[in-house]
Amino acid sequence: MAGVLREWLFTTDHKKVGILYLIGSIAAFAVAGIMALLMRAELSTVGPTITENPSDYNVWLYFHGAAMILGFQIPALTGFLANYLVPLQIGAKDVAFPRLNALSVWLFFAGIILALLTFVLPDPPDVMWTGYPPYSEITLGNTAFYSFTVLLLGFASILGGVNFLTTIAFMRAPGMGWNQLNIFTWTTFAAFILQLIFVPVLGTAVTMIMFDKYLGTNFFNPSEGGDVLIYQNLFWFYSHPAVYVIFLPFIGIVFDIVATFARNRIFNYKMVVYGGIGGILLLAGEVWIHHLYVTGMPDWLRVGQMVTTLLISVPVGLMFIGLVGTLYKGAISFTTPMLYALSVIFLMLIGGLTGIPLAVASIDIHVSDSYFIPGHFHYVMAVAGTFAIFGGIYYLFPKMTGKMYSEKLGKLSFWLTFIGVNVVFFPMMMAGLEGMPRRYWDYSQFAHVEGLHQIMTVGAVFIAVGFFLALVNWIQALFKGQPAGNNPWGSRSLEWTTTSPPQHGNFAEIPVLSPDWSPYAYGTGK
Amino acid sequence: MGELTKRLVRGTPLGLVLPALWWPVAQAAERVETERVLPPEWQIREERFIPDNVAGWDHLWREIMIDITVIGVLFALVTIWFMWRYRRRSPDQEGAQPRLSAGQAIGWAVIPVFVFMADDFYLAAKGWALWEKYRNVPEDRLEVRLESAMWTWDYTYPNGVKTFNELRVPVGKPVLLRMTSRDTIHSHWIPDYRVKEDSMPGRITYIWFMPKEPGEHVVTCAEYCGHLHSRMKGKLIVMPREEFDAWYQEQGAKLQQAKAELTEGA
Repeated sequence: MAGVLREWLFTTDHKKVGILYLIGSIAAFAVAGIMALLMRAELSTVGPTITENPSDYNVWLYFHGAAMILGFQIPALTGFLANYLVPLQIGAKDVAFPRLNALSVWLFFAGIILALLTFVLPDPPDVMWTGYPPYSEITLGNTAFYSFTVLLLGFASILGGVNFLTTIAFMRAPGMGWNQLNIFTWTTFAAFILQLIFVPVLGTAVTMIMFDKYLGTNFFNPSEGGDVLIYQNLFWFYSHPAVYVIFLPFIGIVFDIVATFARNRIFNYKMVVYGGIGGILLLAGEVWIHHLYVTGMPDWLRVGQMVTTLLISVPVGLMFIGLVGTLYKGAISFTTPMLYALSVIFLMLIGGLTGIPLAVASIDIHVSDSYFIPGHFHYVMAVAGTFAIFGGIYYLFPKMTGKMYSEKLGKLSFWLTFIGVNVVFFPMMMAGLEGMPRRYWDYSQFAHVEGLHQIMTVGAVFIAVGFFLALVNWIQALFKGQPAGNNPWGSRSLEWTTTSPPQHGNFAEIPVLSPDWSPYAYGTGK
Repeated sequence: MGELTKRLVRGTPLGLVLPALWWPVAQAAERVETERVLPPEWQIREERFIPDNVAGWDHLWREIMIDITVIGVLFALVTIWFMWRYRRRSPDQEGAQPRLSAGQAIGWAVIPVFVFMADDFYLAAKGWALWEKYRNVPEDRLEVRLESAMWTWDYTYPNGVKTFNELRVPVGKPVLLRMTSRDTIHSHWIPDYRVKEDSMPGRITYIWFMPKEPGEHVVTCAEYCGHLHSRMKGKLIVMPREEFDAWYQEQGAKLQQAKAELTEGA
């Protein structure tokens, strides 16, 4: 037992590191999910419901946001999926810097533990995941825990970035050209470029907060010549690209799942890679002002970035065409991972398209900071991303464990969550249009939206049961699952050519690829 | 309008071409803007025409909703059709995606790009036109200063009268709020008038709206400001012109009297 523990703790194997990331991020997801349930319970009636103290609610909301984004989605996508899949997909034995990889997962766990201290601290942080000053500096809450959590997870991301960019650039199997990469590998490459460029900016911002609050500097204190808006600029300069750090890998895994289960080529591969992924890389850093439409930024900036924000629809639209086109003349089987992947198309349609009014600055004058916003970004990022991650876990489950999960339970859990998220997040947008602002513990001035809130609370229960069943399914399959075989899905991609689970070093023999090889070479009669 | 156009033409392509330089450019430009627009002169762009921004907002919203619904339903129907039409019929079946020729591949990328861009620029133009209406302030107006604090809205009228969490305005006269904050960032939102902007320490921001009919409206805080954020609510009371004038003069007189008493007492 001690030996096993030692082996896992000090592992440098990218697959084990990936699974450690998975365990940590699912733990963060579970706790943050419980916070969401508490909030939904609180909001089920006007006025105090389960707590008399608004600060309790604020702390739940802080933890929910910070843990879901920084502790669950980013690590699950760029930690778990990237670590597990990328070396396998490019036919490498491991990542370029395995020990650096181990360090980054340790930093990640330290960050998660620091975040969890929220629940034992006397004055937990209540600054929301955005941590805007001056509030984050004048609050009694311990903002330092927020800053250090962000810094630790940020370091983990930077190390991951260095590691994966090197791995993908230099460690591809002999003969594998850039146009033969899986879409997921491409999107991971792009996501880590964004992480490397932008994470340091966030690190700077949260460090400045800490300096202001604890060391008496005045970066954000206007009475001493500081400026409160500098933080918001720095923060969103990272955090908008962070949305693409989440979006890119999740759409990448969806592409891979859809191609596998439609047994079909990616439609217009180069358009997806260079137009879609490339376009997002190009635009990611020029749209952050749309988070500051109602802060009194200069007009030319707000109108200018309204145009760049709307233009994001171009690369995203190209990726959509690629994704839907991949179904064309396919041979689609509706397994659990495929259901998750296909549902992402619909969730992204609702979430992406409701982003279009939000990109228009004059529309934002009304709906900014309303419930419409959480409704929108849950669809587009939170739910679509989580569904892609869950699809990815189901997809890789036979590879990781060599066992098969239960399709029946998987489908039941999928439908429960899919119905649940729509019941929660569609009414959320409607409540926003009624005037309900976000981050409210009580909504006595908008008592007429109580019905909508009750519907949302019911939906939240569906989601919770659905995700719980998924967890049950995996644990059950881990111990009692049927052997899955090396390639249960009939995929052509490299990760399925090795054993399940893959041995240390991944491949008995490093594959050598011909110029016409493709991970999506279906329908060639092979 | 001309001024903004020029600044946009100067600013936007630079930001597009040199993304890495956007940040320092933005900072420099903002400093210039801040010095020029903010105190002591508090310049704002003025406009004689009084647009109806509530109707304008509702109209643009409806237009965008139709736009995105059409796109969304189209994509969804195609996806559902493909899912049904190309379901796997035998376990060994494989997909038969035809290989695209170079021309087809480019066409499938370039044509959608132009379709999407056309829609984007159309919406951007529409959005900008409404934006100008929100930012240009009518010349003939009631100016009220707002200072927000945790967790209250303090209004100061031109004659020195102050109210708390209660903004009384006359029907038919545009109201301009010049906003700042004592402690942290708040956001003054009047949902019924489709308008909000943050108020914050160290900066002065503004919104204006046109009260059309007598009645009461909710004012609420939209920017997270701590413990009682959700209880930071106020009332906008739109009064008939005569009633407002009477109230305004009465309060003004009371204030003068109180001041006079204070001076005598001293």
